[in-house]
Amino acid sequence: MARMKFLCDAERCIECNACVTACKNEHDIPWGINRRRVITLKDGVPGERSISMACMHCNDPPCAAVCPVDCFYQTADGVVLHSKDLCIGCGYCFYACPFGAPQYPQATNFGGRGKMDKCTFCTGGPEADNTMEEYQKYGTNRLAEGKLPLCAEMCSTRALMAGDGDVLADIYKERTVRRGYGSGAWGWSTAYGQNDRGDAFGPGREGTGGS
Amino acid sequence: MTKLLRPLLVLFVLLLAAPAVQAQFYQTPGPNSPTSKDEVQLYQTPDGKLSGRVSIPDAKLGVLVQPEGREWREFRMVWLKIIAGALILGPIAVLAIFYLIRGTIRIQGGRSGRPVPRFSGMDRFAHWTTAVSFLLMALTGLILTFGRMLLIPLIGHPNFTMLAEASKYMHNFFSVPFVLGLVLIFVLWVRDNIPEKADLVWLKTLGGVLSKSGEHPEAGRFNAGQKGVFWAVVFGGFALSLTGFLLMMPFAVTGIGGMQILHVAHGVVAALMIALIIGHIYIGTIGMEGAFDAMGSGVVDENWAKDHHRRWYEEQLRNGRANEDERLRHRAAE
Repeated sequence: MARMKFLCDAERCIECNACVTACKNEHDIPWGINRRRVITLKDGVPGERSISMACMHCNDPPCAAVCPVDCFYQTADGVVLHSKDLCIGCGYCFYACPFGAPQYPQATNFGGRGKMDKCTFCTGGPEADNTMEEYQKYGTNRLAEGKLPLCAEMCSTRALMAGDGDVLADIYKERTVRRGYGSGAWGWSTAYGQNDRGDAFGPGREGTGGS
Repeated sequence: MTKLLRPLLVLFVLLLAAPAVQAQFYQTPGPNSPTSKDEVQLYQTPDGKLSGRVSIPDAKLGVLVQPEGREWREFRMVWLKIIAGALILGPIAVLAIFYLIRGTIRIQGGRSGRPVPRFSGMDRFAHWTTAVSFLLMALTGLILTFGRMLLIPLIGHPNFTMLAEASKYMHNFFSVPFVLGLVLIFVLWVRDNIPEKADLVWLKTLGGVLSKSGEHPEAGRFNAGQKGVFWAVVFGGFALSLTGFLLMMPFAVTGIGGMQILHVAHGVVAALMIALIIGHIYIGTIGMEGAFDAMGSGVVDENWAKDHHRRWYEEQLRNGRANEDERLRHRAAE
C-alpha cells in the first residue's frame, strides 16, 4: 500500500500560486479558506525561496491527537481526513498543527468558527466516494477516480509533488544528485519523522499512517 | 571523400564533448554541499518558527512551520489532564478524609434561633450569578478537556459531538454573567476584604479548625480564609475572563504562539480555581453547620455569628442590625 505524501521542492517553486488557485477551483472552496498557500521566505533578499504548503498528512497527526471530539481518521494510504459532522470548530487543531493547515469558515462569532476545513489530499471525507454530499462537505475525491491531487498534477515546474512517499523520495534524490545539493524542501521530518510504524489508524485507535 | 569524413568528424567531436556534457548533467558537489544527512534541510527538525510572506490576506498563514505546536499538544494531552485531574481529585480526597476525622463543624451551644442578617439580596445575587456561571463553565470546560477520554467510550462519537458543541456555546455565553457577578462581588465586598492584623492570628491557627475546644480567632465580616477566597476569585476570575475573551476572539490580538500561551494560562488558572471552589463549597455546606444560611436565606444564626465573626457580630449589635429586628425574626421563624 502506498503512503501518500506531499513534497515541495523550493528550488523549483516559482510562486505562481497556480496550486492555490487549482485547489480552490477544484473543491469550490469559499472565500477566506486556504487549504493550500505559497509562502515566500527571505522575500526580496538573497536566498529567497517559495514553498507551497498544505496539510502534510502526518504519521502522528497533532490535529488528531488534540481534537476534543476525536473527529480525525487516517486512510490506509496515510491521508489524514476528518468528519465535519463531528467537528465542533474549537480551533485546537490549528494550535497544534505545525503547518497551519486547518482552516475555519468564520473568523469569529462569539467563538463560533464553523466546521474546520483542510486539505483532503483530494480524497473527500467519510461519506461514500464521489457522492454529492461528500463533494459539498469536502470537495472532489480524485483518489477514488485513480488520480493524484490536482495541485501537484498541474504544477508547471514540478516543484510540488504528491504521491507515494517512496517514489517522491526517489525523484527528489535524483534531483539533488543532479544539482549536487539537497536543500530546499521543508517539513518531512516534522510530518513523517516520528513513529513511521506502518499501521493505519481510525477513530478511537492511537496509531500512525503506513510507510 | 568529404561526404564520408563529415559524420566521422561529428562523431569524434561528440565523443570528445561527452564528459563535458556528463559533468554539466551531474554536477560535482561544491564546497557548501552537505556531507551528512543532518545537514540536509529535508531531514532537519526546525527548532523555531519559520515564517515568510503570503500573498493571501491572512498574515497568520505566513507561518510555514511552528514546532511550538508540539509543546502545546504535550500540554493539552498530558499536563493539563494531570494538573486538572490532581487539582480536582486531590482536594476531594483531602476533604473526604478531613470530614471523616473532623466531621461537620458545629455551632457552639447549638442554634439560638435568633437571626442576624448577613447578606442582602444584592450580595446574594452577585454571589449566585458568579457561582452558577462558574460551575457551568467548569463543567463544560471539563467536558471538552476530559470528554474524549471519559465520555466518548460511554455515549459514542455523534452524541458526544452534540454535548461538546453545546458545552462550547454554554462556556462562551456564561462568561458574560460571570464577569457581571465578578464586578459586583468586587464592588460590594472589597471594603470588608482589606487585609488587617487580625488576619495573621487567624492564619496562624488556621481559623481554629484544628482546636478541639472549638476556639475561633476573632474576625470581622470576613475572616482571613474568606479574604483569601475573595482575592483568589477576583484575581483568578479576572485572569480567566481576560484569557477567555482573547481565546474567544482568535488571532484578534495575538498570533499562534500567543493563542497557545493563553490556552495554557486559562487551563491552569481554571484548574486552580476549581480546586479552590471545591474547598469553598465544602466549608459552605457540609463542612460547617449554619454556614449555608449566609448565602441561602441571607440570615445567619446569632450563635454562628458569635462563633465565626465575633467582631462583625458586635458591630451589628451596636448598629442595631441584630436581635432587635422583629421583621427578620418572623422571617427566620417561618
